[in-house]
Amino acid sequence: MKKIILIGNGMVGHKFCELFSRHARSADFELLVFGEECRPAYDRVHLSEYFESRDAERLSLATKEWYAEQGIELRCGERVTELDTDAKRIRAESGGTWDYDYLVLATGSSPFVPPIPGRDKKGVFVYRTIEDLDGILDYAEGLKGKPGASATIMGGGLLGLEAAKAAMDMGLKSHVVEFAPRLMPRQLDEPAAAVLSDTLVDLGLSIHCEKNTSLIGGNGAITHLEFKDETRLDTDMLIISAGIRPRDELARQAGITVGPRGGILADAQLRTSAEDVFVIGEAALYQEMIYGLVAPGYEMARVALGTIMADAEAGSMPEAIDMSTKLKLIGTDVASFGDPFTSPEEARSIVFHDDVARVYKRINVSKDGKRLLGGILVGDASDYNMLHQIVQNNMPLPPQPEDLILGARGGAEAGAGVLDLPDAAVICSCENISKGQITELLDSGEAQSVKDLGVCCKAGTGCGGCKPMLSDLVDTYLKSQGKVVRNLICEHFPYTRQELRDLIVMKNIRTYDEALDQIGNGNGCEACKPPLASLFATIYMETANPQAVIQDTNDRFLANIQRNGTYSVVPRVAGGEISPKHLIAIGQVAEKYDLYTKITGGQRIDLFGARLEQLPLIWEELIAAGFESGHAYGKALRTVKSCVGSTWCRYGMDDAVTFAIELENRYKGLRSPHKLKGGVSGCIRECAEARGKDFGLIAVDGGYNLYVCGNGGARPKHAALLAGPIDKETAVLYLDRMLMFYLRTAAPLVRTAAWLEQMEGGIDYLKSVVIDDVLGINAELEAEMKGLVAAYRCEWKEAVETPELRARFQTFVNTDEPDETLEFVGLRDQKMPKAW
Amino acid sequence: MTQSTPQYQTVSPEQVTTWFKAGRTNQFPIGAGATIKYGDKQIAVFYFSRQDRWYACQNLCPHKLENVLGRGLIGEQDGIPKVACPLHKKTFSLTTGENLNGECPPVAVYPVKVEDDYVYVGFAD
Ligand code: SRM
Ligand SMILES: Cc1cc2nc3c(=O)[nH]c(=O)nc-3n(C[C@H](O)[C@H](O)[C@H](O)COP(=O)(O)OP(=O)(O)OC[C@H]3O[C@@H](n4cnc5c(N)ncnc54)[C@H](O)[C@@H]3O)c2cc1C
Ligand code: SF4
Ligand code: FES
Repeated sequence: MKKIILIGNGMVGHKFCELFSRHARSADFELLVFGEECRPAYDRVHLSEYFESRDAERLSLATKEWYAEQGIELRCGERVTELDTDAKRIRAESGGTWDYDYLVLATGSSPFVPPIPGRDKKGVFVYRTIEDLDGILDYAEGLKGKPGASATIMGGGLLGLEAAKAAMDMGLKSHVVEFAPRLMPRQLDEPAAAVLSDTLVDLGLSIHCEKNTSLIGGNGAITHLEFKDETRLDTDMLIISAGIRPRDELARQAGITVGPRGGILADAQLRTSAEDVFVIGEAALYQEMIYGLVAPGYEMARVALGTIMADAEAGSMPEAIDMSTKLKLIGTDVASFGDPFTSPEEARSIVFHDDVARVYKRINVSKDGKRLLGGILVGDASDYNMLHQIVQNNMPLPPQPEDLILGARGGAEAGAGVLDLPDAAVICSCENISKGQITELLDSGEAQSVKDLGVCCKAGTGCGGCKPMLSDLVDTYLKSQGKVVRNLICEHFPYTRQELRDLIVMKNIRTYDEALDQIGNGNGCEACKPPLASLFATIYMETANPQAVIQDTNDRFLANIQRNGTYSVVPRVAGGEISPKHLIAIGQVAEKYDLYTKITGGQRIDLFGARLEQLPLIWEELIAAGFESGHAYGKALRTVKSCVGSTWCRYGMDDAVTFAIELENRYKGLRSPHKLKGGVSGCIRECAEARGKDFGLIAVDGGYNLYVCGNGGARPKHAALLAGPIDKETAVLYLDRMLMFYLRTAAPLVRTAAWLEQMEGGIDYLKSVVIDDVLGINAELEAEMKGLVAAYRCEWKEAVETPELRARFQTFVNTDEPDETLEFVGLRDQKMPKAW
Repeated sequence: MTQSTPQYQTVSPEQVTTWFKAGRTNQFPIGAGATIKYGDKQIAVFYFSRQDRWYACQNLCPHKLENVLGRGLIGEQDGIPKVACPLHKKTFSLTTGENLNGECPPVAVYPVKVEDDYVYVGFAD
């Protein structure tokens, strides 16, 4: 048995192991892996996501158990310190030595820290490992109390900008200092860099180009930077992202040939100058270049493994390595592909430049107009994947190549679509998966979605950049094969929610059972009942009472079930305005029924711990005191949050509370595909967080700005401007239309933000529907909303006053005893359920 | 998720020693479940109105050991009648008690019969 030793358990090293474990002849080899970091390989490409979750597990590429299962010995936290290529032996930090038959160096690179005085001060960081990020996060935490705390990123390249965005998201004022005269000098031309810079300044970043740092100042901890031009910049923290240096120290010490500027010299099979020693990933110098991207690294792992295993089709590295990149996470699109910088002698460039929308697109076309050589996209990179493919596959261009970036004028599709790609086109470059492989999986039925593809061939699971193209390919290919891709409700209703809605209206179906009989199969389930209930609610203005048994649990009992099976009660407090009298009434009910009481995040009061049979009694009292259902349990309008507005606030531009109450009362009871929330702020200080809501109004000079499709929660999204400044009547009109359009067309459990994201044409399309009436349905939408508003009834009142409806709130059919298994414990003068 | 619930044991129709009178049929919701008490046991009883079939299982959800299953939505999956727990939507077959969408232990199921508009649940103790 031959022994392979792999040094480095980063992304490329891990890829080598993964390919090894899947290799037909892996049983003939023993693989021993050394990794200097304390944990198994993780996804460095998505490192910045760690800022959000601080969850190292989410980045992990494999566990120690995985290695053990594959029979690969992994020694984490152990650095290799010596290499003897004659004896074919290595020595690790622990002192132990190991012999190898083949050695693979996957030592990656380390951040380059320029020799500037003061670089060892506190608050100076690099950006490469999870530990680096922990350091940054802890330090930023310490800066929290400091007003106006700022961070500076040295280096305006790919990584630097990513780091700058992360620093900004941590709430720090962020600066980028760049030595070159423009950002991303290796990927962007001058005008592109200027557009990018303007966009980033709009986002709140400060950009300083042509700055040569001479000193990192401060007494112990960093306080400022000094530049050669005698200017200075105050800053509380510095993240250095000034390029990478291949980690060739081990090879260098062993006498292996390295490049003049570092990097372990590799041939097309990734062999180094020493026998049976290979190098892959960012440590390798191939064709006089270091490739700081995963895709070429993965290719190297493939070729090196094939060579070691003496595969018949081991292959070699391609002549030209693709360095196309799309920047992620920064708040605007940036991409460059092929050769971005052709000169007028070799190619003709077509440029589209819009300084208002901050969009710059450039494509370089060969002189004969037949080939696309490369290009740059800033502000809108939606064409990136396709343009990249055209370059990679040498595909023919349309007669007017400018159509590629401007879109065809006159309706026809510009250029090629995914289906025109050759089968050999590599769609996922991280995993080297071609279009042909994907369509084969789709044909065989092994995969029917992007998610399936990830499972069966890992496509899209690397950097994720190919995902839009993958989903385009899956959709168009399945469609072209006559297989329609739709979000079907479940096995009982082979329709989308919108189709179901149309059928119910057309056939005048009134109940769930009728729906099953007329347009469904079988007897239904928990997946199709709630969406149908929601449709009946909006088509026939029905409360949750008449068909209680098809409602989701919370709607069935008109309250939110809690972890011990008791319920919470949330009366409506429109706009968050509540009189002392009402407060006292709530307090009295809570005290009488011993309910845990808390102010919610939605500006109202939640009473927890009510038993099922207590709900009607509690509501009887609340209704008598003037309260109504708050629909906290429903996929329905929840709250319209308000700030105090011009009635009291010295900055208020309008009376936000009154408008919020008006809106909440207008839409209360409205059932929808997912919950709906609104907000009204009295001025742009935005104390009501209106832009984090499904609809938000902000008072400005001349009326209100209307924002739609925002979201808090796990995937926060600011609402987009639909119209403004407009007066209140117009705002309500647009809102009626927009909400009704959402109610009609969204899939079940899709919030407005996700609905808009999936909408072809996005906010511009939504505007054209709601404002310009391109679909000609606005009169219908308005009439429907008017009907729903007029038909509102408090469903709790209905339930309490109708004996048959009330009967469902009984804990046991055969006895009035309460459920004695419920146990509570004390909590700060109140109570909570006993822990599980 | 591996705790078992010893006080509940599936009863097959042959094992029944006591047919417990749970209530009149019209006390139970149509196309949903309700809960009854039998000694210190809580039993969820479901009426699948479309097929005119009755089922019963323990009210205690084996996932987090809460007495809630009687309040769950019911339905069928490939012809198997099931209940979805209202707390985390684990679904359980009402014929075998098995958890259909996860690794929870099964729930105990009990035979149900209807005579003269009364619903009876079968126990073996
Ligand atoms: C009670 C409350 C927390 C509190 O004590 O403050 C709460 C409690 C729950 N939230 Fe919330 N959310 C509460 C305000 C919020 C807010 C803040 C807000 O509304 O301004 C948000 C972020 C804003 C947003 O929705 O965009 C919020 C985002 C969520 C989400 C994520 C939604 C999303 O689209 O990403 C969920 C999960 C879901 O709905 O699928 C959720 C789900 C829940 C559930 C239903 C979880 C569950 O299934 O049991 C909780 C119900 C508790 C109950 O029985 O009442 N809750 N939840 C707040 C009730 C507000 C109210 O008066 O009705
Ligand atoms: C924030 C960030 C964002 C990025 N974004 C992208 C992107 O969008 N797209 C893209 O293609 N690329 C991106 N990259 C680059 C990509 O992460 C690297 O190309 C890739 O990780 C290189 O893999 P590697 O295995 O060669 O090196 P590494 O992942 O650095 O792994 C090398 C490992 O070897 C260990 N090691 C070194 N010497 C020894 C020794 N003597 N003994 C034991 N262990 C040793 C190191 O500790 C390290 O764990 C990004 C990088 C960063 C930091
Ligand atoms: S944040 Fe999570 S735990 Fe808190 S109320 Fe919302 S859903 Fe429940
Ligand atoms: S308690 Fe029933 S699914 Fe969690």
